Amino acid sequence: MATTQSYYVPAQSKWPIIATVGLGATLAGVASILVEGSQGESTTGAWVTFFIGAMIMAYMLFGWFGSVIRESRSGLYSQQMDRSFRWGMSWFIFSEVMFFAAFFGALFYARNFAVPWLGGAGDRGSSHILWENFQATWPLLNNPDPDTFPAPEGIIEPWHLPLVNTILLVSSSVTVTIAHHALKNDHRTKIKLWLAATIVLALGFVFLQADEYIYAYTELNLTLRSGIYGSTFFILTGFHGAHVILGTLMLSIMLIRIHKGHFDPEKHFGFEAASWYWHFVDVVWLGLFVFVYVL
Amino acid sequence: MSAVIDTHTEDHHHGPAKGIMRWILTTNHKDIGTMYLVFSFTMFLLGGTMAMVIRAELFQPGLQLVVPAFFNQMTTMHGLIMVFGAVMPAFVGLANWMIPMMVGAPDMALPRMNNWSFWLLPAAFTMLLSTLFMKGGAPNFGWTFYAPLSTTYGPPSTTYFIFAIHMMGISSIMGAINVIATILNLRAPGMTLMKMPLFVWTWLITAFLLIAVMPVLAGVVTMMLMDINFGTSFFNAAGGGDPVMFQHVFWFFGHPEVYIMILPAFGAVSHIIPAFARKRLFGYASMVYAVGAIAMLSFVVWAHHMFTVGIPVAGELFFMYATMLIAVPTGVKVFNWVATMFRGSMTFEAPMLFAVAFVILFTIGGFSGLMLAIAPADFQYQDTYFVVAHFHYVLVPGAIFGIFASAYFWLPKWTGHMYDETLAKTHFWLSFIGMNLAFFPMHFLGLAGMPRRIPDYALQFADFNMISSIGAFMFGATQLLFLFIVIKCVRGGEKAPAKPWEGAEGLEWTLPSPPPYHSFTTPPEVK
Repeated sequence: MATTQSYYVPAQSKWPIIATVGLGATLAGVASILVEGSQGESTTGAWVTFFIGAMIMAYMLFGWFGSVIRESRSGLYSQQMDRSFRWGMSWFIFSEVMFFAAFFGALFYARNFAVPWLGGAGDRGSSHILWENFQATWPLLNNPDPDTFPAPEGIIEPWHLPLVNTILLVSSSVTVTIAHHALKNDHRTKIKLWLAATIVLALGFVFLQADEYIYAYTELNLTLRSGIYGSTFFILTGFHGAHVILGTLMLSIMLIRIHKGHFDPEKHFGFEAASWYWHFVDVVWLGLFVFVYVL
Repeated sequence: MSAVIDTHTEDHHHGPAKGIMRWILTTNHKDIGTMYLVFSFTMFLLGGTMAMVIRAELFQPGLQLVVPAFFNQMTTMHGLIMVFGAVMPAFVGLANWMIPMMVGAPDMALPRMNNWSFWLLPAAFTMLLSTLFMKGGAPNFGWTFYAPLSTTYGPPSTTYFIFAIHMMGISSIMGAINVIATILNLRAPGMTLMKMPLFVWTWLITAFLLIAVMPVLAGVVTMMLMDINFGTSFFNAAGGGDPVMFQHVFWFFGHPEVYIMILPAFGAVSHIIPAFARKRLFGYASMVYAVGAIAMLSFVVWAHHMFTVGIPVAGELFFMYATMLIAVPTGVKVFNWVATMFRGSMTFEAPMLFAVAFVILFTIGGFSGLMLAIAPADFQYQDTYFVVAHFHYVLVPGAIFGIFASAYFWLPKWTGHMYDETLAKTHFWLSFIGMNLAFFPMHFLGLAGMPRRIPDYALQFADFNMISSIGAFMFGATQLLFLFIVIKCVRGGEKAPAKPWEGAEGLEWTLPSPPPYHSFTTPPEVK
């Protein structure tokens, strides 16, 4: 713990308050769009609020990360600061794991308890008397009340597109690790090449996932409205997809920074944080592939 | 060797900026701690006002003051504001002030993020409170916002409520990450984990709980958002979902949450009792392990809130026994506090009065918790005033008395002045009597069958309700005295020495009162 270096404490910062205003406006905007839209009112003001909020958020992200990068490159950050960042990122990823755990929990509960009980399993439950002809199956292709929630006609076949996506994401985890090793050995060209390859694989994944969504909506009638199967399917794959896009953005910024000559073999926490995040989305995908698609 | 450098201003040992911008732009743990505490007390008064509305309506049977729809909004907002706006931010404020001083750090590990954690709260609560003025009114489904009350039958403002919860969650998670990074990375040389002060230990574990369960809360409100606005059926049996699933996910967050609201108070009381008993804390290591055990057990007891929803008997048994198991580490802690006081040279200044009341009254809340843990008995108690009595006994003389004890204990350190002891003791006794008058009769009401969350009740409950309301008004009014005491202490008073309490121990007392703007510019050596 003994430190001979100083611990950097920034004097003041305008970024947190800008971030607060930005996030507040963004969320207030989204809430107003949803609420006013559902009541048939005009949502113009809500959209304006949302866009202003989103612009402020974007400005804040550039500014805040920009000043952190400048401070880091001017040598203000000690080894101890580096450790703070590492703890911070690790616990942030843990919080993300728990966020997904809530949705995986919902999937397991629906599949192992809620749906079988609706179908009469356990014989002490009462929910099966609600819809007497309901047959419990998984994937759930016949909803208890098909008038409110029309069931999907089919599900995504795991061994076609999702398998390709699995291969894409797992290989991208490998390529980002090769890039990391190249960074440690200071092979700048090799880093750029492997990092670019990672981003290409990531974009391929996002493209195929979008294609899968279009197929689900247009061909299978598998939508958000198609009962608990569609609900869990889209919330899990949807939030995962959003995280993939975020991770791709992180990796792209790392590529730009590599091009600008940032990072050296000893100090490159920004790169490591992005690659940790990337491995995290990869692991979540493996969980998704097994529990959402295959089983 | 300076632990603080600053390239933005010429002055290397900068002091605070002037005016309102000091508070908006600050990265200083003491400024942020103060803002958290002020915000928390503001919310405490606001949530308290709502409690006064509730108690005024319940003063007599019949409907006098408010319509039932508004009464429901009051119970909901009172709960949400007290949990997320008063108790949690108060502990984060104490953590901000004390943890860097206790571990010998210059500031929190991530000072800018610290500022963001705070300022998200006013934004979140502005959004939450704005729902009171919306079409359809504020959330009216209780602070537990069970589906389908909150999804199918909720008011339109529920969507705003969901995003407010999201902001509070982001704030809590970032605050917790900051606390963990500070404790794990910024301790003074020589301060090993098992030499850490207990307030630091309890906050380390609290921060872990926060990071583990706040995302689950975010997940459950996100599923609500989808059910309300995008046609999913997570909590709707017509699509194969289940309203009971909401309760499972909510209480997976909710039960650790109740420990989030008490563990830092455990830590603070473990400083205060030794200081005023002038004895070392009895059983330091067992205190640490007990807090760890409570935290771990808190993840496997959630369904004891749901004994009557129709879970399988095996589940009832498991959650009943797991819940009772928590009494063991909690008992260890209570025993250790009592053993610390045993044959100590005790004096009863305001912090000690609150701490001793904490130990006794929290134990009463613990015992009623044990009664509620018995699944077959809980079928009788579920959703009655007995539950209200139970959780107000652990939250008011538990969490809130813990906060008052901490405030009086550390006010001399924060302000450099001693507070008015006579007024503080008056504050204690009025709070103590008021709070017991308010909440003790609720046990009897609940056992006699009075349901919670209703604006009107049967005639046989009238007397106890009147006593309860009188006690609540007394407790509520007394808190204005606390505000006066604090303002008086900030503005002046007897100069406080670096260590105003004879028996107190720890690095924070080696700093002058008030401490310098940056706590430890050079890390102290801990032997």
